[in-house]
Amino acid sequence: MKLNKTLLAFAISAVFLTACTDDEKDESLTDGTQTTASGINDASTSGLGNGSGFNGSGLSGNGDYASTLGPEFNDPNNPLSKRTIYFMLDSSEVMPDFIPVINAHAQYLVANPNQKITLEGNTDERGAPEYNIALGEQRAKSVASMMKIQGVSESQVNVVSYGEEKPAAFGSDESAWEKNRRTEIVYLPN
Amino acid sequence: MIFIRTILCVVLLLSLNVRNSYAELEIRITKGVETATPLAIVPFGSDSAPVNVSGVINADLERSGYFKMMAEQSMPDQPSTASAINFKEWQALSQNYMVIGQVVSTGDGQFNVQFQLFDVYKSSQLLGYKMTSSVADLRKTAHYISDLIFEKLTGKKGVFGGRIAYVTTNAQRVHQVQVADADGFNPKTIAASIEPLMSPAWSPDGKKLAYVSFERKTAAIYIQTLASGERVKVAEFPGINGAPSWSPDGTRLALTLSKDGSPDIYVLNLTSRALTKLSKSMAIDTEPSWSPDGSSVVFTSNRGGNPQVYIVSSQGGQEKRLTFSGSYNTSASFSSDGRNLVLVQGNGNHYCIALMDMGSHAVNVITSGPSDESPSFAPNGSMILYASKKGGVGFLSAVSLDGKMQQKLVFNSGEVRDPSWAP
Repeated sequence: MKLNKTLLAFAISAVFLTACTDDEKDESLTDGTQTTASGINDASTSGLGNGSGFNGSGLSGNGDYASTLGPEFNDPNNPLSKRTIYFMLDSSEVMPDFIPVINAHAQYLVANPNQKITLEGNTDERGAPEYNIALGEQRAKSVASMMKIQGVSESQVNVVSYGEEKPAAFGSDESAWEKNRRTEIVYLPN
Repeated sequence: MIFIRTILCVVLLLSLNVRNSYAELEIRITKGVETATPLAIVPFGSDSAPVNVSGVINADLERSGYFKMMAEQSMPDQPSTASAINFKEWQALSQNYMVIGQVVSTGDGQFNVQFQLFDVYKSSQLLGYKMTSSVADLRKTAHYISDLIFEKLTGKKGVFGGRIAYVTTNAQRVHQVQVADADGFNPKTIAASIEPLMSPAWSPDGKKLAYVSFERKTAAIYIQTLASGERVKVAEFPGINGAPSWSPDGTRLALTLSKDGSPDIYVLNLTSRALTKLSKSMAIDTEPSWSPDGSSVVFTSNRGGNPQVYIVSSQGGQEKRLTFSGSYNTSASFSSDGRNLVLVQGNGNHYCIALMDMGSHAVNVITSGPSDESPSFAPNGSMILYASKKGGVGFLSAVSLDGKMQQKLVFNSGEVRDPSWAP
């Protein structure tokens, strides 16, 4: 099985060296005559050509739309200027410090029912990537449920988890990790 | 719109230069066995072959950790025919085995490659082959010879002719799913996106890869045929679409969906597209992986307060916890004989690869960490490939089941993660 695959593009000739011993030949010769599907040589072009892999919207593609909504989103003294909620390791529980921030955004969304947001859940790099996708979703959903309790409608809030795939800070120490365990509140253009 | 996208694709492709990517990967042996068998690969007699065939064989067998390779400068001479070997002088240098060979052009872009493996102390041949190879396949031919030698000397199937898939991320945060030879050469990009790509999983026949893409800013699972590049979206439900794992017969995909609230394990029938829910906890359930006989699925769940490995029948039913030591056990998958489970065992700051014996359920840690993840068995079950990180740089490592042999596959640039050895 394995041999067939390895042999896919070249054929072994039926010629044996004269000194060849008796007990290791026929099976490999049989295998050698088989051919299988061509390799993956053209997969990179065709694979990419038909994909919609690049959407050309830039690296983060978000973030700054909120700052165009009004001065309160840029005033460092206004909780609306804060759009990142941080979490403890392996936890999706909202810490008390961030409750006023979430409340401020919830109130804005209730007052502006056409405004939609995406809550992007993220984790630090430690642990299993797919488990971190689940953990990131819990972080985003924690923020979403606090907003919904305050009257933000289901249709205003979209949730996505990027797990550890979109770090805000690079590095393998606590100062980077604490910046990466987060939910980002991303305002979407109307 | 589609037209514009295609143009963007082409432009980015050119700038990525994926068609010409080569040898981004370098392999270092970081830990070997002291009992390794002495083996001399005599440089092959060659007339202008563009690939150093015996060099590739030497590197393959060296990184297996089973052999102590003789340095070229220590060789008394470099015979390329059996009659030219003076076995006494190789015996005096304590070489158990030696390989000689020739690579000869036939003038039409083809090469005749021949090699012979000898037991030095018995002065007798163990293996001898002659084969033809095109220029383009000389490396493949060399890996095939490595597999033949490895199997003859160890009794185990070689994995040098195998392939691996993994995800790279470069400094511009472009993510690429790549497939390469097991030694890291000939990397081919099969998908690329500025949004994350994750969790490539080989179909059992090695012809397709399932993977997760966020290219549309939501998670979706695609299955891509390697030869044609054709791909099909098989899951894009609200919430998580992750952790694809093929059933051993290739007809079903286990995956993680959170469409009903918490992440749960589902089985997707790839023919009927019917979806069956396997795990039903209110907690996180993810990372499904099938047993080799297809009868059960292991997965990770934090229903007990922290992530642990559980097992459930692939028909559904009682879910049973498998791991009890430590507060973090994830990413489990079976060896092809079903006797071992490889997993990640960790605590807050330290994550290692561990093996669970499925008979006794005893767990042995086989790597030193601190950030080892995403383990994948080699098809012959002799090695485990995994992702690691040090100083913020991601790389791949392979380790033998007893932890005694370790090799590092170092990328020259960017991160490399989520490795998976082709079946």
